[in-house]
Amino acid sequence: MSTEAQPLQTAGRGGRRSPVPSLTVARLVGGHAIPVLVVVGCILALWYAAAVGMNADLQRDAFSNAGTRYTARDFMLGTWSQERPRLPAPHQIAAEIGKTVFGLPATSKRSLLFHARVTLEATLFGFVLGSLFGFVLSLLVVHVPSLDRGMMPWIVASQTVPVVALAPMIVVLLNQVAVTGLLPKAIIAAYLSFFPVTVGMVKGLRSAEPLQHDLLRTYSASTAQTLVKLRLPASRPMLFASLKVGVAASLVGTIVAEVTKSEDGGLGARLLAGSYYGQTIQIWAALLVAAVCGAVLVGLVGAVERGLSARGGGR
Amino acid sequence: MGLTTPLATGSASTRDGQSPVVEIDDVSLAFETADGVVQALSHVSLSIRQGEFVSLIGPSGCGKTTLLRVIADLETATDGHVAVNGVSPEQARRSRHYGYVFQAPALYPWRTVGRNIALPLEIMGVAKGERAARVKAGLGLVNLDGFENKFPWQLSGGMQQRASIARALSFDPDLLLMDEPFGALDEIVRDKLNAQLLDLWRRTGKTVVFVTHSIPEAVFLSTRIVVMSPRPGRVHDIVDCDLDRGRTLDIRETPAFLAVAHRVREGLRAGHSYVD
Repeated sequence: MSTEAQPLQTAGRGGRRSPVPSLTVARLVGGHAIPVLVVVGCILALWYAAAVGMNADLQRDAFSNAGTRYTARDFMLGTWSQERPRLPAPHQIAAEIGKTVFGLPATSKRSLLFHARVTLEATLFGFVLGSLFGFVLSLLVVHVPSLDRGMMPWIVASQTVPVVALAPMIVVLLNQVAVTGLLPKAIIAAYLSFFPVTVGMVKGLRSAEPLQHDLLRTYSASTAQTLVKLRLPASRPMLFASLKVGVAASLVGTIVAEVTKSEDGGLGARLLAGSYYGQTIQIWAALLVAAVCGAVLVGLVGAVERGLSARGGGR
Repeated sequence: MGLTTPLATGSASTRDGQSPVVEIDDVSLAFETADGVVQALSHVSLSIRQGEFVSLIGPSGCGKTTLLRVIADLETATDGHVAVNGVSPEQARRSRHYGYVFQAPALYPWRTVGRNIALPLEIMGVAKGERAARVKAGLGLVNLDGFENKFPWQLSGGMQQRASIARALSFDPDLLLMDEPFGALDEIVRDKLNAQLLDLWRRTGKTVVFVTHSIPEAVFLSTRIVVMSPRPGRVHDIVDCDLDRGRTLDIRETPAFLAVAHRVREGLRAGHSYVD
């Protein structure tokens, strides 16, 4: 692509002017890339600065124990390359991720891909269980008036119990009845993910206007017809909003369960092992991969929503 | 009278205008609200015959919409007797005796115009091929040919309300209940829709009960005008409006039209003179 056309192109894209050397950069300027890159840059700079501060004590001890003379530059580089830093520098985490994601076969127990797969399996299974359960609960709450008053307080109360306290109990109890493997973790994930789906869908199923209900009443529509023709379509925005929260909660539940039930591996088990051996870099690498998993899951739900609304011709 | 071939539809009891389509006898309705009991309707009696176009007119709070909702079984009278096609409003609703047009179009935004019009047919279990034919006919009836696959938000307010009228007519009810259907539209669109509605009424021979707060609209459309007054809602006067049924918008300049409009206005004024 020629650079001659470049000034025209930049002017055409939102009119932002900047002395950019190539068309590719011009395109980045036109989009959201620059603001995003600036924010990422700021975070990285703060991170490196914080790493110097957090790891300074260790570094001073290391130098004085070894009796080496050091410059400020040596000191700074030292804080960014410790083996067990309090706060690892971004490039250390990147290197760890590179090593454990791309450097090892995906079947290796030390591969983060292996652990991410273990976590995602339980997350998705739990998410499906929780969403179905949450959806059925919302149907009951909306259609049975006594359940609305009788059940909602219990549903809310269920979420006030800290999952960290509950997860070991569920694992132990299920172990007693010979339920092991994926299911206990999925149940804990489901325990967290059903709640947003229930609350969201109760609101969604009630979101149709009174006039839209009156209309169906004039046709003498049955409860089932009202559900299919009005309540469900009207609840769609709430459905996807609550599924996004639900899938993220499911991931959290799975990781918490894996801390308790670490023998099968998973990102939670990686976190536990990392903290057990003081491997901060490993912890951060697992955290980052977990965050990426969460973003991907939420993104997938969003993609399904967009796919459906494109087909439905929504605005 | 322009209508030469009355449609032989509906229950036998309503034929020939002998027994009334809607019979309201000494009906009262009170709402329980947080501020106490509100008397929405007080001792209202009214009889509507087949093929009539009856307007309910009055200031806000006079109970005209409530009365329409009582006929439609969307509200239940606390006292008195109501019959629609000789049966209770609830039975009439269950046997789908009437079509209802609301103040707002109430189209479902996730359905195309065509599928909105098909909604009552889907609920009533009309076969797919028959549905398509009726939707097409309905679109033609309200001059919306070619808009079948548009979504409601792609239509103007007037077109949306026309679509809602087509929806109410899609299952061919004998009785059409309309609650200020053109209230939210500007006057030019309203005039046009009034003319179209009058034409539609002439062609189909439906019985129409029409709520409005516009005097010209009521006089232009109706064969009878029920003037209501507020607090408590009651019937103040019933004005016959036997203008030529082939009437056009020009009729509004004629002395006959103005005389009826004058009487309606006097009725409205007398009904709530204490407001001034």
